[in-house]
Amino acid sequence: MQSYDAIVIGAGHNGLVTATFLAKAGLKVLVVEKNDHIGGATVSRELHQDWKYSNCSYVCSLFRPEIYQALDLGRHGLEVVPLQGSVTFKQDGDYFGSYHQSPVRRREIERHSKRDADASIRFDADLMKWCRLIRSFLLTAPPDPGSLKIRNVMEFSYLLKKFHSLSESQIYEFIRFFTMSIAEYLEEYFESDVILAHFSGGSIIGTGLGVYSPGTAYVLLHHAMGDVDGNVGSWGFARGGMGAVSAAIASSFQAEDGEIRTDAEVGQILVKGGRAVGVALSGGEEIYANTIVSNLDAKRTFLKIMDRNDLPEHVVQRAENFKIRGSSGKVNIALDGLPNFPALPPRSPLTLGHIHFTDTLERLERAYDDWKDDCWSKDPYVDLVIPSQYDPTLAPPGKHMMSVFVQYCPVKPEGGWTDQKKDAFGATVINQISDYSPNFKDLLLHAEVRTPKEIEDEVGLTEGNIFQGELTLDQLMFNRPFPGYARYRGPVKGMYMCSSSTHPGGGVMGAPGTNSAREILTDLKRRDTTPEDFGDD
Amino acid sequence: MPSTIIQDINQHNFHEVLKPTPFHPRVDHDCLTKNWMDWNGYLTARTYDTLAAEYFAIRSSCSVMDLTPMGKYRINGPDANKFLNRLVTRDVSMLRPQRVSYVVMCNDEGKVLDDATIFHLNEGDYRLCCQHHQLDWLMISSLGMDVSIKEETHDIAALAVQGPTSASALKLAGIDEIGQLKPYDILHTQLHGFEVMVSRTGYTGDLGYELWTSPDNALSMWDAIFEVKQKGFYDIRTIGLSALEMVRIEAGFILPGDDFNTAETAIRADRVRSPYEVGLGWVVNLDKPNFTGKRALLDEKKKPIKRRLLRLEVSGNKAPQDSFLYAGKGGKRIGTIMTQIWSPILKANLAMADVEFAGGSQPSEIWAEIYYQKELEWRVSWAKGKVWNKPFWSHPRRSASPPDSY
Repeated sequence: MQSYDAIVIGAGHNGLVTATFLAKAGLKVLVVEKNDHIGGATVSRELHQDWKYSNCSYVCSLFRPEIYQALDLGRHGLEVVPLQGSVTFKQDGDYFGSYHQSPVRRREIERHSKRDADASIRFDADLMKWCRLIRSFLLTAPPDPGSLKIRNVMEFSYLLKKFHSLSESQIYEFIRFFTMSIAEYLEEYFESDVILAHFSGGSIIGTGLGVYSPGTAYVLLHHAMGDVDGNVGSWGFARGGMGAVSAAIASSFQAEDGEIRTDAEVGQILVKGGRAVGVALSGGEEIYANTIVSNLDAKRTFLKIMDRNDLPEHVVQRAENFKIRGSSGKVNIALDGLPNFPALPPRSPLTLGHIHFTDTLERLERAYDDWKDDCWSKDPYVDLVIPSQYDPTLAPPGKHMMSVFVQYCPVKPEGGWTDQKKDAFGATVINQISDYSPNFKDLLLHAEVRTPKEIEDEVGLTEGNIFQGELTLDQLMFNRPFPGYARYRGPVKGMYMCSSSTHPGGGVMGAPGTNSAREILTDLKRRDTTPEDFGDD
Repeated sequence: MPSTIIQDINQHNFHEVLKPTPFHPRVDHDCLTKNWMDWNGYLTARTYDTLAAEYFAIRSSCSVMDLTPMGKYRINGPDANKFLNRLVTRDVSMLRPQRVSYVVMCNDEGKVLDDATIFHLNEGDYRLCCQHHQLDWLMISSLGMDVSIKEETHDIAALAVQGPTSASALKLAGIDEIGQLKPYDILHTQLHGFEVMVSRTGYTGDLGYELWTSPDNALSMWDAIFEVKQKGFYDIRTIGLSALEMVRIEAGFILPGDDFNTAETAIRADRVRSPYEVGLGWVVNLDKPNFTGKRALLDEKKKPIKRRLLRLEVSGNKAPQDSFLYAGKGGKRIGTIMTQIWSPILKANLAMADVEFAGGSQPSEIWAEIYYQKELEWRVSWAKGKVWNKPFWSHPRRSASPPDSY
């Protein structure tokens, strides 16, 4: 029977981040992980010999540089290589490319609409205004508007002050932005169908909403508020796959004498006298600590590994009602060579970035309609990347690894998932790619098809929701995961949350884990080891 | 008769301000930004496409840089080794053939003229590579010695091939023996039927090589390397001097002329620096019988050091460009940032800083006053510096033998 100062449940990236900041403050910390490998949804798996798949999360942008620096992840082996540009192929044989060089990018928009080229300046500046605002809240616990504690009131006044750095008209626009659908929002800027479709993709990724659903405009911001080395909205590949992110954090944690146990599934958080005292593993072993931090999503935390009798009834109710709908699938593919996209001119750099095949808002909405009918999209929206073009560690020389994120895929199609249905879902995706790349099917060596079911079963994300809870206004900021519990403290003393179910939400960001560590260290009256926000101003 | 006189003069094209290197047709083709700069009088790319992609070619895959403008001198003759060993502060008397050594040259006052690398090409035959033009100093230093010194900057075309896949890419390009090279080794080999010298050297702190050949073979050498990319095996990217600046600071390498004034060019008496003051004490061997600057350096070693070029990591995300440094927030001014970059791999501002050492010791705190602009408005902030005695970043693949395949 061993005892620790703190136990973190789940070796996903946020759990590891929390654990490292606690260990840096001198706590004896144990991370327990149900799988035989760490990383949660931030993993690189060799599922085909000599190929490494980032088979869950696949690109990196949101991870805060402050955390990266504070945990010294560069010296622990992490490299995030920015990817360049993006392209949406059109059904008529043309394409729209977003190039990394701004004069080229502008000329390409002009090719589709001269007016949209100018509108994109307005669009970029507006999006940057909201980014600037929202970014300043990422590395801080959301203030609780219902509390009159001094720290809370001060934090709330900081929020108000930030908010009022916008002009009056900007404040109205911002509030409006939060409530709008992405389609309606973009239509206030652009006229070209393909440009509208191209820019709206980021607002449905991972969410059980469609391009015309109110609230999707925010999801776009959630995908645009990150940066790679100051380039806000840029994305990057972790060299070695996303597993390199969790490996670097784990290495930083172990350098602080942190301990990780894999194949150690927590059956229950132990509570005695209204206080968390430890965890019981599924095998029965009990491990004790005064601080227990759950990196599982809110539903799993409160409904699966806590005893209902230890919880206030309203928390159970909130957890039951927590929106965490699975809507995404993935196909990870090993390729014998680089697929050819004949629509692109020779030496085009566009295959180096994100590749999409959905060229109208209508097709995006139809894709959503299928999901509402508990079916995968017959004409899905995919976010396809080929990171092996940059990263020599993912596939043998001359071969490639392709990661295809698919929106939408249901948690449970009618009659449940079967192997045939899973194959049919994979075939839908492969056929769509093949429509634009004639040699693609010939290059296929291996494909791993993942529906929300596999994501839930393997990673433990309820319903396979990649954000650990929908990113809608009712589940953001001081509402995440539930009102009154947004400051990382659970309903039981000594029990905390650090997962993406907490503010500021999903994505490989590390911010929930950092904010949680800060609150825990405050309660324990320990030195704050978490970094200060660099600030955009 | 003026016309006959002109015929006897070895003319150069004075309309051509910057001279193209032997690789120019390929460099010009790849350089999408046309962002040119002057390196020792040569037309050199600052960036080719995007700086981030070029930086990560060095750190993640394979990069190629035109190294031709680097000053190169061929030194041989009976006294060649004696000459070199007196020229530099390090003991190079035992430098074996097919080996390279990093050195520093001082004047009689023990002030740094330049840093350099000595390539012992073959028994008694050396190449000296310098950042700056040094023929005059080499000739002065050779008085009374039986040594031949020839400037060969224009006669040798050179490429730096650097990055984790550089060994794999060069092997596929046709250099079969690449895996045998240990750091600072030299290999004379054939590539597609012409002679190439390969050294496992570089200025990036990563796995990497430098390839040297005659200008006639320059394009063939370039094409042999890039054929590996065309065949789809490895991503290989041309990189400009901006990306090189980033990686050399990460790796902790100094740049004479940028990080400090070279002694030869200094006008003001306090502008010159000794090897100790620029962090090159480790290449000074005071036990060596004699070398230029030895007496002055022996004297200096006895006194407390007055200043040091420090590797300074500056907190936050504001670039400390040209920043003044202070002993505390708003305290006494103690130095200046000389060169600085944002390191994408460490997510930190890294700088080379010239700092006064009052009483011979390093200041206990160093703060940078940073001026920066947001939407045309100037602002000022303070950021604390952290001194790194080691390189900011190092990776075992730099010296792994045999080299990693990626």
